[in-house]
Amino acid sequence: MAPRPLIRLARRGLSLGLSLLAIALAIFGLLSLAPGDPLARMPLTLPPEVRAAMREAMGLDAPWPTRLALWLRQALIVEPLVLCDTLFGTSWAEDAPRLISWHSRTPVMGLIADRLPQTLRLMGLSYALGLACALPLGLWQAHRHRSAADHATTALTMTAYALPPFVVALLLIWVFSITLGWLPSGYDNSLRITDAASLGTEIRQLILPVAVLALQITAQLTRHLRASAIEVLDTDHIRTARAKGLGPRALLTGHVLRHAMIPVVTIVALGLPQIVGGAIITEQIFAINGIGHLLISSIHAGDLPVVQTITLLVAVLVVLANLLADATYRWLDPRLTG
Amino acid sequence: MQQNRIRWTDLLANTHAITGATALCLALAMPAQPLAEPRSHHDTLRLRNWQAPATLNPYLSAGAKNVEAASLVLEPLARTDPDGELVPWLARSIPTRENGGIATDGTAITWRLRDGLTWSDSTPVTAADLRFTWEYCMAEGAGCAQAMKFDGVSRIDTPDAQTVTLHFDAPRPMPYQAFVGPQSPVLQKAQFADCLGPKAQTCSTQNSAPIGTGPFVVTEFQPGNIAEFTANPAYRTPGQPGFDRVILQGGGKAAGAARAVLQTGEADFAANLQLPPEVLDSMQEAGTGRLLTAFGPLLERLVFNLTDPDPALGPERSTTAHPHPILSDPHVRAALMLALDRRALVDLGYGPAGRVTCALIPAPARFAPPHPKDCADQDLPRARALLDQAGWRDTDGDGLRDKDGRPLRLGFQTSVNPVRQDFQVVIQDWWRQIGVETELRAIDAGIFFGSDPANPDTFQKFNTDVQMFASAFAGTDPGNFLAGWRCENIPSPETDWQGANIARACDPAFDALSARLAETADPDARAQFVQQMSRHLIDSHALVPLVHRGRVAAAANGLEGPHLNPWGSPYWNIAEWRRAP
Repeated sequence: MAPRPLIRLARRGLSLGLSLLAIALAIFGLLSLAPGDPLARMPLTLPPEVRAAMREAMGLDAPWPTRLALWLRQALIVEPLVLCDTLFGTSWAEDAPRLISWHSRTPVMGLIADRLPQTLRLMGLSYALGLACALPLGLWQAHRHRSAADHATTALTMTAYALPPFVVALLLIWVFSITLGWLPSGYDNSLRITDAASLGTEIRQLILPVAVLALQITAQLTRHLRASAIEVLDTDHIRTARAKGLGPRALLTGHVLRHAMIPVVTIVALGLPQIVGGAIITEQIFAINGIGHLLISSIHAGDLPVVQTITLLVAVLVVLANLLADATYRWLDPRLTG
Repeated sequence: MQQNRIRWTDLLANTHAITGATALCLALAMPAQPLAEPRSHHDTLRLRNWQAPATLNPYLSAGAKNVEAASLVLEPLARTDPDGELVPWLARSIPTRENGGIATDGTAITWRLRDGLTWSDSTPVTAADLRFTWEYCMAEGAGCAQAMKFDGVSRIDTPDAQTVTLHFDAPRPMPYQAFVGPQSPVLQKAQFADCLGPKAQTCSTQNSAPIGTGPFVVTEFQPGNIAEFTANPAYRTPGQPGFDRVILQGGGKAAGAARAVLQTGEADFAANLQLPPEVLDSMQEAGTGRLLTAFGPLLERLVFNLTDPDPALGPERSTTAHPHPILSDPHVRAALMLALDRRALVDLGYGPAGRVTCALIPAPARFAPPHPKDCADQDLPRARALLDQAGWRDTDGDGLRDKDGRPLRLGFQTSVNPVRQDFQVVIQDWWRQIGVETELRAIDAGIFFGSDPANPDTFQKFNTDVQMFASAFAGTDPGNFLAGWRCENIPSPETDWQGANIARACDPAFDALSARLAETADPDARAQFVQQMSRHLIDSHALVPLVHRGRVAAAANGLEGPHLNPWGSPYWNIAEWRRAP
C-alpha cells in the first residue's frame, strides 16, 4: 500500500484535474453559445462567399465536438509544449496547431506575453504596496482596539473599500493630472526604459493606477487583519506570552501576526489570479495595454480563442492559488490538517 | 500600559521582510523591455490609430485599420488618388484599351512593373511575386478576405520577369480590381511560399511583418497595440521617406487621439476621428494641429422594409412572400422621407465630417446625378398630405394615424453608436409630428452586422420596419455595389439571409440596367447608367440617403504632406510626408 500522503496527493491531483476540465467545458460552452460574430466588423462590401471562406479558415464551420477537441488539445497540450520549447530549447511542439487569435492571426500566447509585463507590474506593485500598508495598519488597529484612532482608521478604510475604482481613478486624475498637473493621466505604451529619465517617466505614469488599486487592496486587507488580530489577542497563548513579559512589538509580530494572517492569506490567494488577469476597469481608464485591456477588446471583436484562453488561464490560477493557500494555512497553523 | 504602546515604525520594520521579498520577486519576474533606439529621435513620425491594427496582412483581414497600417509597407500596382483617378504605383503605367494594355475583347489585362524595383531586403520584385500573390489568395482553405479582388481571374501569365497578364473567364468592363488599391498589394513569394492554403492563418511571423516595397519596414508589431517601422533603405525614390522611424500607436478612444494631435501635440497624425462636431471645434482652438476631411462613397442611410416582418409569419417573416402592410405603399415612404431634416442631422452628428446629399452614389462626382437644391428639405405639411392621401388618418384622436383599425406604428433599429442613437431620437420626434409612432431599438454592432444565420437581430434578417446603417463600395466603381439591389440579392432563408438588397426591393427594369452596366466599358456611358440606377432606387423611396459621411483626420501643424484619400489609406503618400523646416 502506498503511503498515505501519496494517496492524498493523488486524490487531490485527480480532483484538480477534473475541476479544470469542467471549467474548460463550461468556458467553451458559454462562450460558444453567446451571440457575436468575429466577422461583424469587416466591411459590409465583403461578399458572402468570401465571408464563408474566412469562417471556414477560422474553423468556425466545424461541428462543436471537433472545435472543442481541437481547443482542448491546443490549450492543454500544444501550448504548454510550446512554452517548454521556448524555455528549454526542446522541439516537442514542432508543427502542432497552435492557438491562433482570429483577430490578429498570431498565437494567443504571444499576445498574452506582450501584455503580461504591464499587468504584472501594475498588479504586482499594487498588491505589494497594499500588503505593505495593510499589515502594520491592521495590527496597529487591533492593538489600539476601540480607541479614537482605531475608529477613525476604520471609517477611512470603510470609505476606501466602498469607493469603486472608477470613481477613485477619475478623482485622482482630476486632482493630480488636471488641477495640479503633476502626473500624466494616461499610460504611454510606447515608452522604453533605457535610462534613469525613462525609468522616472515609467514610475510617474504608474503612480496613479497603482494608487487606485492599492487603496482598494489596503482597505480590504486592513479590515480583515484587524478583525482576526483582535480575536487572536484574546486567546490563551497570547495571554501567556504577555504574562511572560513579552513586549507588544515582539508579541504582535511574533505571535499575533502569524495566526491573524489566515484570513489575509485567503484574500490574497483569491486575488492572486488577478495579478495575471489584470484590472479591467483601471486598465481601461488609464489606457494601460495589459491583459484586462486585451480581454475586453477581444470580447468586443468576438475573438473567442483569446477570450477562452485568458478565462481558462485565470481559472487555472484560481485553482492553483487555492492549493497554495491550503499549504500556507498549514504552515501558519500546523494544527490544521485534512 | 506605557510598555504596551508601540509605534508604527516598529511594525513597519518587522513586516518589511515579507513585503520587501514580495516586491523583489515581482520586480525580478518582470521581463526587461528590449532596448530600442533612444526615445528622443528627431525624425520619428508618431501616428495615432485608436483602432490599432491586428495584423499587417490585408489578405487575412479586410478591416480598414489593418489595410491602412499595412499600406506603409505593402504596395499595389496602382492606386486611386484623392480625386478618384487611378495612378500607377508599382506599375509603369495604367493599362488601357488605347495603349494596348487591355485586350480588345476585354478578357485580359497586362501590367508592366517599373524598372529596378526591389523588396526592402534588396531582392528584385518580379512577375512571379504577382502570380504568387494571386495563388496565395485563391488557395483552398486560405480564408482570403480579398478574394473578390481576383474574382473571374482564370489564369495569370508571366511572359517575362517584368510583365504579368491577367486572363479573365469573361469580358471585364472594369478590369482594375486585382493589385489595385491598398486591399490587394503584392506579397513577396520568397517570404510567403510556405503559407499557402490553411497555413496562411498560422504564418504569424509573416503576417505580422510582411516584407514589402513601401517606404517603411516593420521593426516591431504588437497586435492591437503598437507597430513600429523604420525607413526602407532600398526605397526607390531618393530622399524619401522623410522620416526614419514611424510609431503607430493604438488604444484608447477617438477623443484621446484627437487631443494628442490637436491639443497636446504628443502625436503628429491621427486617423478616423469620428467625434461630435462640438468636440472637434473646441479641440481645434488649441492651435497645435489642423483637421483634414475627405469625402468618398460612405453614406448613412435609412432603409425601409418592403416585406412584412410580423413574427406571426414564422419562417416567411421579412421575405418577399408577404408585402409590408404599411411600407409597401410608396406614398407612406415618401411622407416619412419628407419629414426628415437632413441639414439638422448633419449638424447634429457630423459637422465638418458630413454633407447633405440626395444621391445614393455621392462620389466620385461623375456618378452623382444632378439634384434640385431643395431635394433634402423637410416638408411636414406635404408629408401629412401624402399620408392623408394614402388613407392614413387619425380617426380616434390619439395623435396617431390609423387605417382599417391598424395604427401607424413602426419599429426602427440600428447599431449601438452615440450618433445613431441621437439620430433615432430626432427622427422619432419628426415622425411623431406627422402622426407616426416609432419604437426604437439599438443592437450591438457585433450582432447587428454579424452574419450568424441563427441570430434574429442581424441587419440582413431585418425583422423590423426601418433600419439605419452606413455602407460604401470599395474602389471608385459602384458597378458591383449597385448590382446588390438586384432581385436575386434579396436576403432570404434560401440564401442563408445573405445578400445586399436589404430593402427587398425588386424591379425588373433596374435589373436590366444593371445587366447593361456590367457589359459597358466606356466611362461616360457607365456614369450615365450609374446615375439612372441610383435615381431609380432613390425615386422608389426604398431607402433615404441621410448623410454623406467623410473621413476625418488630424495632422500636427509642423507636418507637411498628409492629403486624405477617401478611396484608400490615409497613409497612401506617406513617403512624401516631412517635418516643416
